[in-house]
Amino acid sequence: MAEQPKTIEIEVLRYHPEKDKTPHTQVFEVPFTDDMSVLQGVQYIKDYLDGSLSFRWSCRMAICGSCGMMINGIPSLSCQTFLRDYYPARVRVEALAHFPIERDLVIGMEGFIEKLESIQPYIIPKEPRTPAQGEYLQTPEQLAKYEQFSSCINCLLCYAACPQFGLNPGFIGPAATALLHRYNVDSRDGAQAERMELINSEEGVFNCTAVGYCSEVCPKHVDPANAVNQNKTNSAADYFLRFLSPKGGAK
Amino acid sequence: MNKRRPYVRPMDGWWRKNPYFVEYMIHEATALFVAAYAAVLLIGLLRLAQGEAAWTAWLATLQGGWAILFHLLALVAISYHTYTWFKIMPRTMPPVIVGGKKLAGWVITAGGLAAAAAASLALLALVWGMAR
Ligand code: SF4
Ligand code: FES
Repeated sequence: MAEQPKTIEIEVLRYHPEKDKTPHTQVFEVPFTDDMSVLQGVQYIKDYLDGSLSFRWSCRMAICGSCGMMINGIPSLSCQTFLRDYYPARVRVEALAHFPIERDLVIGMEGFIEKLESIQPYIIPKEPRTPAQGEYLQTPEQLAKYEQFSSCINCLLCYAACPQFGLNPGFIGPAATALLHRYNVDSRDGAQAERMELINSEEGVFNCTAVGYCSEVCPKHVDPANAVNQNKTNSAADYFLRFLSPKGGAK
Repeated sequence: MNKRRPYVRPMDGWWRKNPYFVEYMIHEATALFVAAYAAVLLIGLLRLAQGEAAWTAWLATLQGGWAILFHLLALVAISYHTYTWFKIMPRTMPPVIVGGKKLAGWVITAGGLAAAAAASLALLALVWGMAR
């Protein structure tokens, strides 16, 4: 016998920039099966109930990082969160916290893209090398230093978990710092000094008050809070050590 | 014309919106008890420097009902502060490599809590020994 279809209520925070002054909630009755994710729930709404609902998604397998939403107030990947875990209660879906809402569940992410650009998220070699010199060699220990921080999928859940970013959107924040750290501790890279300027700046790591929720919600176990806090120590060392350098900290 | 009009949600009451933030705020608030207790001890030192009469008067104040109530409150608050401090500690320090492997977070937390408990017990034993 076929499974009896169950119905769950999905409450969505809607915002239409051309029609609404402020966001408002709308509740939809969505039939679901136990294997349906929250993402599939909102896809059902778009396909059958209200085609104007806007949201981002792509891979639906927790790797593209585009489907982040607040689900019952918790920053989550909607493709990795299941409706059955909320049934029979209503599930509340909202655009990622701390970001401007572009429309419905879509956030504006220019601010993050700018930060990502500013950290120079690529290897800047210590000295120019030609292919003739062969590949870089790296030991497992050297790999272990940055590997975890290279797993970031830019889903921005950590920013939605960071009240300091909410209060000061200029703060470079968890993921960008984790990626910055990923390159700074890579044995092939030579641009630590340049990136440290960002770490030390007004927008840098000292905005962090070690709430730690960013690492809690990260779906890829990047532990961005660890990258931020390790760089507080690095920044302090940077500050004091420059008095010892012959140039006295002058550029 | 550009139809974009991004809506920025207010941050009021942010810390009430998630149990994790509530815990964080309590952690921060209990730090005040740590500071207050440091002040109590400093005043004790000051009274000691002022001579025997001042010192005995200070000791007598500490035995009053309100002082004992404050001590009980401070004990609870500082214990909570200690617990949440060591809970977040693995996130705030560089990785500890033991035998080529990264030490798990819970080991660091457990180690910190054990050290705090041992230090408290040692202090208690010392003071107990001196008082007898
Ligand atoms: S650090 Fe984690 S939570 Fe933050 S963007 Fe990267 S994968 Fe997402
Ligand atoms: S749809 Fe790609 S991470 Fe969820």
